[in-house]
Amino acid sequence: VFKRFVEIGRVAFISFGPHAGKLVAIVDVIDQNRALVDGPCSGVRRQAMPFKCMQLTDFVLKFPHSARQKCVRLAWEKENINAKWAATRWAKKIEAREKKAKMTDFDRYKVMKAKKMRNRIIKHEMKKLQKMSSKKGKKLEKPEKAQKPEKAQKSAKVQKAQKA
Amino acid sequence: MAGEKAAGEKKPGEKKPGKKKPSEKKPAEQKTSQKEVGEKKKKVKKHHASRNPVLARGIGRYSRSAMYARKALYKRKYTAPETKIEKKKKEKPRATITKPVGGDKNGGSRVVKIRKMPRYYPTEDVPRKLLSHGKKPFCQHKRRLRASITPGTVLILLTGRHRGKRVVFLKQLATGLLLVTGPLVINRVPLRRAHQKFVIATSTKVDISGVKIPKHLTDAYFKKKRLRKPKHQEGEIFDTEKEKYEITEQRKSDQKAVDSQILAQIKKVPQLRGYLRSTFCLSNGVYPHKLVF
Repeated sequence: VFKRFVEIGRVAFISFGPHAGKLVAIVDVIDQNRALVDGPCSGVRRQAMPFKCMQLTDFVLKFPHSARQKCVRLAWEKENINAKWAATRWAKKIEAREKKAKMTDFDRYKVMKAKKMRNRIIKHEMKKLQKMSSKKGKKLEKPEKAQKPEKAQKSAKVQKAQKA
Repeated sequence: MAGEKAAGEKKPGEKKPGKKKPSEKKPAEQKTSQKEVGEKKKKVKKHHASRNPVLARGIGRYSRSAMYARKALYKRKYTAPETKIEKKKKEKPRATITKPVGGDKNGGSRVVKIRKMPRYYPTEDVPRKLLSHGKKPFCQHKRRLRASITPGTVLILLTGRHRGKRVVFLKQLATGLLLVTGPLVINRVPLRRAHQKFVIATSTKVDISGVKIPKHLTDAYFKKKRLRKPKHQEGEIFDTEKEKYEITEQRKSDQKAVDSQILAQIKKVPQLRGYLRSTFCLSNGVYPHKLVF
């Protein structure tokens, strides 16, 4: 039922508080509510932190309990947590949310145009397929094959808009 | 400080060049002290703090004679004020004059004061300020411009017949209104004035540094014209007033002159033309206080 546990070396994401948005590693457990936490590669000093503001990630590091910062840093860099984190969907969603909030009026216009174009392409292909299927009566094969070129076109334009 | 004091003392410093410490460079010092005297005359002298530290209330550290030496009063000798005799010897301007007076048994002349006392004294020390004090006419008001609005900014008009349209800001006019243009070919907004308060400034900017705006585009140019010549014929007044606004040739030529320059800049930015063509609107889930413009 539970897959992520609080353990020594568990990398956690801080959801609120002064260090909101940073990653830390759990170094030791103080009591039921707090942990000794350290984030040498993410700019968080070694400190006590309540569990409530931490959200566990999938990453676990290997170091003994109460290891000093140097050891935590070594383990962190060995596992290359920063790069792994940036590749997770979680981090990407956060980034997308931030970008959306920063969008200016002009950016919103560009996104609207890109979305419109993309939807047009999709609709066009769908209509084509519907026509074909109604004409010939075939359903299974063609919709699966046709989706791949569509997706490539869509993503190119949406990426353009997001980069702006 | 000792050097300053030597320069500061005008006459005594010069009178006694043989004084101990600064007397090392006598001729040089006198020259510089003369220069500094000229400067010091214009400067306001700074008063030194008390040179007599307080031991307890009313008791100073140093005696009178010690203080005399500390304050260098031996250098500071002031002459006595003018005595009355010397004053009398000065020429004073005439205060009265005797004038001949006509008439019988009048005693031929009167002694009249030349400078008379004022006949009225105001009862307030500081004259009362006029009610209109500090109230400036509109033409002298301070004009402010939001920092987010700079030449070339794309603005969103919120009121008027062009509400919702995105428009390029050119400059602020003398009355504080903003001179704005569509450009006309893009969104049918001509060279027009807009009010700063009824406008959203976006962060999108067009480079207008090279664009020259003709100088005759002032408030007077844009002001609405009203015919007012009622010749006491009430029936005809409503006919003669301009009902339909006609675009003058000058407006058209000015529009072209400005727009041609701006369009060149707009074309350089991709999708900007389409952006200016579109209108701004809110929909479900869009909250202006959360939007970044």
